[in-house]
Amino acid sequence: MTTETLTTGRPSRNGRRAIAPSGDRMRRRLGGVVRHAVMICVVAVALYPVVWLAVSSLRPDGTIFANPSPIPTDFAWENYVYGWNALGSPFGRYILNSLVIVIGSIIGNLVSCSLAAYAFARLRFRFQRAAFVYMIATMMLPIHVVIVPQYILWAQVGLTDSFWPLIVPKFLATEAFFIFLMVQFIRGLPRELDEAARLDGAGHARIFLQIILPLMVPALATTTIFTFIWVWNDFFSQLIFLTSPDNYTVPIALRSFIDAQSSSSFGAMFAMSVVSIIPLILVFAFGQRFLIRGVATSGLK
Amino acid sequence: MSIAELRRATRETGRADRRHGRRIRLPDNRAALWFLAPFALGAIILTIGPIFASLYLSFTDYNLLQDPNWVGLANYERMLTDTRLHTALGVTLTYVVVGVPLQLVVALTLAVVLDRGMRALPFYRSAFYLPSLLGSSVAIAMLWRLIFGADGLFNTVLGSIGIESQTSWIGSPETSLSTIILLHVWTFGSPMVIFLAGLRQIPGELYEAAAVDGAGAWSRFRAITLPLLTPIIFFNLVLAAINSFSAFTQAFVVSGGSGGPADSLLFYTLYLYQEGFGAFRMGYASALAWLLLLIIATATAINFWLSKYWVHYDD
Repeated sequence: MTTETLTTGRPSRNGRRAIAPSGDRMRRRLGGVVRHAVMICVVAVALYPVVWLAVSSLRPDGTIFANPSPIPTDFAWENYVYGWNALGSPFGRYILNSLVIVIGSIIGNLVSCSLAAYAFARLRFRFQRAAFVYMIATMMLPIHVVIVPQYILWAQVGLTDSFWPLIVPKFLATEAFFIFLMVQFIRGLPRELDEAARLDGAGHARIFLQIILPLMVPALATTTIFTFIWVWNDFFSQLIFLTSPDNYTVPIALRSFIDAQSSSSFGAMFAMSVVSIIPLILVFAFGQRFLIRGVATSGLK
Repeated sequence: MSIAELRRATRETGRADRRHGRRIRLPDNRAALWFLAPFALGAIILTIGPIFASLYLSFTDYNLLQDPNWVGLANYERMLTDTRLHTALGVTLTYVVVGVPLQLVVALTLAVVLDRGMRALPFYRSAFYLPSLLGSSVAIAMLWRLIFGADGLFNTVLGSIGIESQTSWIGSPETSLSTIILLHVWTFGSPMVIFLAGLRQIPGELYEAAAVDGAGAWSRFRAITLPLLTPIIFFNLVLAAINSFSAFTQAFVVSGGSGGPADSLLFYTLYLYQEGFGAFRMGYASALAWLLLLIIATATAINFWLSKYWVHYDD
């Protein structure tokens, strides 16, 4: 029936647009303008809180909440100076701590997840299907379920209040999402490449390092970006493991800001909030392609 | 991604060689051992081990300082009479049941509007994705706390359109949870991006044929878009439900770790945190962790069972 109606010579959706009478075209164009106007309004509402946060971080204390305008009028840079130094250490210290954990996690995820993904995608081994099903099941397992015994484990080896509990798990391929992402990517690569290398006498280590790894750079980039975002934003496990102020990361420091602040230092708090989200915005600006594709194809958040 | 893709990927696992029709290779058990060593170690030490360890601990009174004593079912009996736990379950369930569908409806609506050949799609997509990127950060949770405070931005904006309000939306038990649900809905960007990708997969000829048959926009949506999108809606639903059951940061920051006025922000994981890492009742916290696992497994199972009635699969 579908083909029948299509072959009666009626114009298709696109075709009709081209030959539509001018009144119809006008209405379409008007519809487009209205839709854009509505969408712009939705964007404005959605982004208003963030813009207001950025603008308010430059307003003098005491004027912040009374002023809902998203247009920057004041430039109280002293908020940033004050906020940077308001806690026990300069804010740079917390940024550095966060960066150490982020970079460690990125390296860990790249190494361990790509190794596991190669095995799932290219090797044949016992219990393979069972291990794969287990891997998919852990994608849906929130860390909250295992955090108590993990904490006890780290307490027994005396490593709570250090970065180890936050970095080591990434070297043990616990982020199943990335394994899955890479498995699917490797499966999309032609097997003839492996076969040719194997005929030349290459073992799996060489095939992995010299053939697969260079080809899977897009998957590695997606992993890098999402690891950055997740670990930078991670609050729960950092709150649990990091207790001494010297080890605080950006989210934990920011949170202690709220508890410690006198009501007069909102400007400084806003300023450091902005500092804390700038890296996310930068990653977003430069890694957008991988970011959007990662969300679209694998349901990463 | 969808459940169908997960199934397909599982079917493909370990049989790729036969598909190519080459002679069957010997298994690579030894190589696999090396490649999977980190994964296996992590699975045993950090996931499977802890799950069973917490099962054991849930029958003890462990408090980190003294050796655990076996207390039988005492922790589970306490659950039955623990009114704070019941509050936490109610709060979390409300958050999931209201917040998750609401966010998906907003995401789907905007995705459908954007998909209809709008120019500047990449701009809108990025703009809407930004809140998803920032939504789980402490900075935004803190901002929310200040926006919805008694003299916060929300009341200022209300005042400027003539509605005088002194309510602290965070501070009153009736409205505090709604502000957190609003924060969740605000991060509609990531499901929207997934829906947009799904909409791209729907063949244009279907719409053309329907238009020729005289179907209006709404019936095209009902008859074509919605059914073909159900696998993706379903997958989003499963993931969002799991994530929302374990939501923590926003409730913690907004309530200052306390659970809010009259425990109206006592999310399940927040209560687990208070019991385990505030009061160091590790035994009880382990029992709570197991209950969370059972709740999530049950919710996912219910989702799968219900999916038979509304999810449309091709294969």
